[in-house]
Formats: sequence, C-alpha cells, structure tokens
Amino acid sequence: MTYQEKKSIVSVVSTVLIFLIYCLYRYPQRPEFGLDSTDTFRYWGSFVLVLTIVSILAHIVISIGFTIIFRITTKEKEPGFADELDRLIELKSHRNSFFVFILGFVLAMGALVLEQPSDIMFIILIAAGFLSDLTGSISKLYHYRRGV
Amino acid sequence: MGNNLVGNHIRRLRFEHNEMTQQQLADKAGVTRQTIVALEKGNYSPSLELAFRIALVFDLTIEEVFFYGDPSDRSAR
Repeated sequence: MTYQEKKSIVSVVSTVLIFLIYCLYRYPQRPEFGLDSTDTFRYWGSFVLVLTIVSILAHIVISIGFTIIFRITTKEKEPGFADELDRLIELKSHRNSFFVFILGFVLAMGALVLEQPSDIMFIILIAAGFLSDLTGSISKLYHYRRGV
Repeated sequence: MGNNLVGNHIRRLRFEHNEMTQQQLADKAGVTRQTIVALEKGNYSPSLELAFRIALVFDLTIEEVFFYGDPSDRSAR
C-alpha cells in the first residue's frame, strides 16, 4: 500500500474519531431553554467554530504523527509534491465533497421551510460538513486504489 | 489491468533497464511512486507530457512504451 492510500485511510479514521469525540463532549452541553433563543444560536455558532479549530489542529497533529510513523516503519520518504495524478484525484474528491455539502445545505434550508426548529437546521448543516469531509477522504482512497 | 484503454509496457521496460525500481522511475519522470503503480495497473492514462517523460527515461518513442487498446488485439494485427 502506498503513502497516499495509507494517508487517505488515516484521514477517514481521524475525521470520524475527531467528530464523534467532539460531538460526545459538546452535544450534552446544548442549552435546554427556548428553541430559538439567542443562547441556542450562540451554542451552535461556538460548536461549529470550535469544531473547525479542533479539527484543523487535530488533523495537523495526526498528519505529523502519521508521517513520523510512516518513515520509521517503511524507511521511505513521503512524496514532497503533488503530481498530475494527485491533482486529478484532489479535484474529483473535492467535487464529490462539495456535492454532499450542497445537498446537506439544501436539506438544512428545507428544514427551515418546513418550520422545523433551528436546532435541526444546524444539526443537518454540521452533519453535511462532516459527511462531505468524509466523502472527500473516501473518494481519494477509492481513486488511489481503483484509478481515475 | 484496469479499465483504461491506454496500456503500457512500463513493468517490462523497468525490468529490462537493470530492474529499475518504481521509485527510481518515478524520480526520473518527476512523479510519485503512486502514479507509476497506477500506470502499471492500467488504472490511469497519463498526460501526453508524462508519457513523453517516461518514454525519454527509457530512451524510446511513446509508441514503444504506450499503446491504445487491448495489447492482445495489437499483437494479433
């Protein structure tokens, strides 16, 4: 298995773990009062912002850890650049990822149209963000293994 | 081999060139080893530029390295 395939697998696993652990930690802190109160919006705003920051930092740390372990175990140096295949796969995975997010965004807006609580809209948006990230990583893994 | 119609003789040519490794070919062609792996499996059709670069590594023409269609059809002709 090549560096890119292993990196994609690590990305899938870390995306799921970071999101699950963060949700298990933050979701129980959801404000009980008022469905559409200012606190609810503040809670979801901070949920997304902190998730973004935590996710970026965790991905950086995991990426460094992975690179170190890869070098030690395989005695190979990771590729220091992206070639034409990498760029093509990156484009395809971004396309799939954006498609999933846009679908989630439309569903979230649909929830508002159907007069669902704003909580539902935020949950759908956050889930769409997570699923789009996951779709991107899985698409990369698929194309690295099965070709383009 | 994969679904791409552009096939190649890279694996054989590497063997004939002092058993060149995939990494050595990748370094000479300016790509990652993953791309050489994908090419050998027939999972990727390279750009014209990369095809030229690989052919130059083996000091051959593009047609001697790459072919279009099933190689068995080609040899039958």
